[in-house]
Amino acid sequence: MIEINNIVKSFDDKTVLHGIDATFETGKTNLIIGQSGSGKTVLMKSLVGLLTPEQGEIKFDGRDLLKMKQHQVRELRKEIGMLFQGAALFDSETVLGNVMFPLIMFSEMTPTEMIERAMFCIERVNLKGADSKYPSEISGGMQKRVAIARAIALNPKYLFCDEPNSGLDPRTSILIDELLIDITHEYNITTIINTHDMNSVLGIGENIIFVNKGYMDWTGNKEEIYTTTNEALNNFVFATNLFQKVRDYVRNSH
Amino acid sequence: MLLLKSIDIFGKYVLFMSKVFSIPDKIKVFFKRYITEISKLGIDSIPLVIIISIFIGAVCAIQMQLNVTSPLMPRYSVGLATRDIILLEFSSSILCLILAGKIGSNIASEIGTMRVTEQIDALEIMGVNSANFLVLPKLFALITFVPILVIFSMCTGLFGGFLVAQFTDILSVSTYIYGIQAMFNEWYVWYALIKSVFFAFIIASVASYFGYYVKGGALEVGKASTNAVVSSSILILLFDVLLTKILLQ
Repeated sequence: MIEINNIVKSFDDKTVLHGIDATFETGKTNLIIGQSGSGKTVLMKSLVGLLTPEQGEIKFDGRDLLKMKQHQVRELRKEIGMLFQGAALFDSETVLGNVMFPLIMFSEMTPTEMIERAMFCIERVNLKGADSKYPSEISGGMQKRVAIARAIALNPKYLFCDEPNSGLDPRTSILIDELLIDITHEYNITTIINTHDMNSVLGIGENIIFVNKGYMDWTGNKEEIYTTTNEALNNFVFATNLFQKVRDYVRNSH
Repeated sequence: MLLLKSIDIFGKYVLFMSKVFSIPDKIKVFFKRYITEISKLGIDSIPLVIIISIFIGAVCAIQMQLNVTSPLMPRYSVGLATRDIILLEFSSSILCLILAGKIGSNIASEIGTMRVTEQIDALEIMGVNSANFLVLPKLFALITFVPILVIFSMCTGLFGGFLVAQFTDILSVSTYIYGIQAMFNEWYVWYALIKSVFFAFIIASVASYFGYYVKGGALEVGKASTNAVVSSSILILLFDVLLTKILLQ
């Protein structure tokens, strides 16, 4: 479980996060949603320590990231897997090389065990046969799946995903969402997903945090979102006719 | 304002280097990367070094012959002057300026691209010291291999002068061979090698610094690459003066 209390982050004179409080639960897909510029990427980068907030607490199962020393942060990060928006695969390595990278760096496995583990992760994300390809030779959706395989290679306790569906077609987006929720339940990971994708919000949002203009404006789950009275959230999630019709249908059927 | 900015950049550079100089997470991985970098940055530069050095050696010999017209000057001074130019300045300083262009831009653009595509963030999230992981092998590879390139350059530069003596009638081979051996000071070779170690450090560290702190996209990576070459060239020239004063006087 990750708990954040009163997170404040500013850039020069502009405060981007105004005292955010939230709890991200273990074994659930926790979604951070909000408009562009609302501060959700800053929040995610603060959570993983790529940015340092001026105030607050970020507790990974009780361990406060902001009070840790450099070597402790490095140790904590070995428990974290992250899927970046652009996949961030190493161009010079094959799919297998990318997935094996964290194992080579941080495990005590033998080379054979590393290959076995990496191949297991590659198969888990349905990429069997692509292990010898380079990132430039595979599609965007496949790159995302390789990044997921790399992120889970060391059995992380926490999985962060920054806009996992950006740039993907709807079918591939659904596959990525299904993969993320399956992995979260299967390995009991605390998964935090930063997303714009309303299909993801309504499909895999087991715990949703809505960030609006740097404030934590609403929290709930994918069922509760249909009945919310929060105007900003309604305008954001149900912005299109299609989603308004879906919301009206769900409300009426209740 | 410029002074403050320079102090700020220098401070950031020192902090960056303190991150670079830490013990690698896995020595085996470091050694593998070190060998790869020697191949990529050093061995791949050998053809360029050979071509440039042969031509410069040949041009030096021809120009010396044209300028040494006094009957009081011995004929072998063409070989002697060619040798000293190559040993003292060309094979260390000028060659490193050329390498700053080739290798420096390669390092800055490689690391810069890794920064803008979040590959460096990915390393950090995994708990890897990205500065150490990416830069230290390059730094060690250049520090160990640039002196070897300098020796290559010295040999091929002198061979360029030999080709002029062999295939033209402006100088006899025996006079040239005598000239390049006359009044030989071994310290000149050590001087060139010592300078090249400093220059290798400048090329690798400055280019890595500019690449590592890129913000933005492709345009900024290009700018960082240019800044890396310009800054390392200026530093090489500055250190050339300082080291010459210290080592030769």
